[in-house]
Amino acid sequence: MSLKYITPAERFKKYLPKDYVELVDYGPFGKTQDEAGPGNMGQFKELMEEHPMCSGCWMAYFIRLIFASLPAPEETVTLGTAGCGRLAISQAAVPFIYGNYGDQNAMASGLTRAFRIRFPEKHKDVITIAGDGGTMDIGFSMTMHSWIRGEKFTTIMLDNEVYGNTGGQESGMSPKGAILKMAPLGKKGEKMPATALAQAAGCVYTVRLSPTNIKKAAKVIRRAIFVAREVGPTFVHAYTSCNIEYSIPTEDVFADAKEKEKTRFQFEEYMTDEAKAVIDRVEAEEKAAKRAKKAEVV
Amino acid sequence: MAEAVKRANVDMAIAYPITPQSEVMHLVGDIYAQGHIKEYYRAEEELGTMSAIAGAARAGVRLFTATSGPGLLRGLEAIVSWSGHRVPAVLGILTRVVNAPLSIQPDNIEMAYMMHCGAVMLHAENQQDTFDYTLAAFAITEKVDVYIPVAVATEGFFVTHAKGYVDMTADDICLNDFDPVAAPVPAMDNETPPARIQRDAPVQKSNFMSYLIHSVWQQEIWDSNQRAMKYIYEYLGGPIEVQNPEADVFVLGSGCAAAQCREAHRYAQEEGLSVGFVKVKAIRPFPVDEIREALKNAKAVIVPEHNIIGWLCKEVKAAIPNGGIVVEGPRVYGGMTLPVELIMKEIHTALGLEYDLKL
Repeated sequence: MSLKYITPAERFKKYLPKDYVELVDYGPFGKTQDEAGPGNMGQFKELMEEHPMCSGCWMAYFIRLIFASLPAPEETVTLGTAGCGRLAISQAAVPFIYGNYGDQNAMASGLTRAFRIRFPEKHKDVITIAGDGGTMDIGFSMTMHSWIRGEKFTTIMLDNEVYGNTGGQESGMSPKGAILKMAPLGKKGEKMPATALAQAAGCVYTVRLSPTNIKKAAKVIRRAIFVAREVGPTFVHAYTSCNIEYSIPTEDVFADAKEKEKTRFQFEEYMTDEAKAVIDRVEAEEKAAKRAKKAEVV
Repeated sequence: MAEAVKRANVDMAIAYPITPQSEVMHLVGDIYAQGHIKEYYRAEEELGTMSAIAGAARAGVRLFTATSGPGLLRGLEAIVSWSGHRVPAVLGILTRVVNAPLSIQPDNIEMAYMMHCGAVMLHAENQQDTFDYTLAAFAITEKVDVYIPVAVATEGFFVTHAKGYVDMTADDICLNDFDPVAAPVPAMDNETPPARIQRDAPVQKSNFMSYLIHSVWQQEIWDSNQRAMKYIYEYLGGPIEVQNPEADVFVLGSGCAAAQCREAHRYAQEEGLSVGFVKVKAIRPFPVDEIREALKNAKAVIVPEHNIIGWLCKEVKAAIPNGGIVVEGPRVYGGMTLPVELIMKEIHTALGLEYDLKL
């Protein structure tokens, strides 16, 4: 999409909704990460407006971070499914498709391929953002097969280790022994090895993280998107605690995320040689552009 | 069906195997290999297939897929959301049993599950209908005042695996390219201003507004379904076919049962009986006014069907003011054929005549 498309003609501006005009005038479209990235996300109304999530929700923070990290929000479509996450995703200023239960990766397969038919010369970034239930339980087959088919889009799993939206049932991503609804005696099985499954299924770039470092998290999200454009499926597995179902006091949410970083969510980044080549090239280009801009200012 | 898909200038087809549908998607795959379709792949299973159709539709391309019986039910969760999401896709249904004990034989009970999802539904009697209806389906689904999916159903094996002569349009003409801008909802391609839209935000909050939004939207979908009727007249000559409209007793059927009704009607004509014939082409929108008019002087209406529950019979009963004249059946299911003699026995009974049924 050309940015001209979303720029209202001056004489019609007063007839457009104020939110839309503000989005065009002050939104993140067409800006660099330095201008519109997570470091400046407080400037952007569509990212910082009140959301319907619970107080202290770590998932809501991470979703904002995803939107602040997008390399090209004006060319991005997100897909989600039932769960807490879609409440925050659907109010961001990026097109969002709400499918059926757990089918976000199947929908993204059709969407990505159809975009390639219509816009063979463009990168249209497609990102699925769903919870652990939608990605690894009900949508497991569709998630796995989209990876096995080598679909070129990014899958982001918001892993709060529980079904938060339906009242706290165990999921495949809940840790062994967790006492949750529908696991009254504690979960019997192990937490599913999501990144290992992703790698086995053909993801060319996978990351597991607890997003405590805002810059680092933004960097891996962008890497995943850049690699998906050119090479193949990418996967970001992020810890996004449910402070309600796991009884984490709001003021301790960050400390909990730090704690998880030492155990189940130790940072892990995997990339194929082809993916690494893309990352090296893109980041070198970004650095060069930054240097050029700095030189211009001086 | 695949020949119609070729002439429909389809952009993308997504396949998943199930008997007796598989051959349709094999042939569509051949058309893809020949370069007539831009994208084609085998999905993971039916829910994945139908979801991918929904995803691709958001990008603004022309779409086709087909399935049968249990496959339709597996994909039904996604299919029932197509209408509400304004997915202009064509779905081929090559019917097959779904009830246990399962078999691969045909009946058309899965059509009963499809009837309430908002999609336009056409029921083909034979190979010619299958070609004509499928091509028409693409034209109907993309009308701006319709823009909901169109399903074309026909009986598995009886039609899909039988030979029949088909008059087809020339091989070198096809539908114009799909135009994603000519739509009541824009494609989510970020190219159509205003670009920042939330077309698919769910309305699940438990408050009056969400009920209202859902209600209004559903009413619009069913209105869209009704608006398809004028195009059914335009492309198929109307939703029903009537023969011998002055008769006392009518045989009424859709799909393969219509072929058997047609034959029974011919037998009856040879015997000089006062029997008429109604073929129902459109199951949704259901031709209530047309059927009411056709049956206004009928003393009895016999509705043979290829399924156990008699969904067409229920629709006809509800459509006419004197539903008591409807004779339920004969019905066959689980892949049985529907002998004309069974219909003839009902005709004779309705006329107060004796009939020596020999099967």
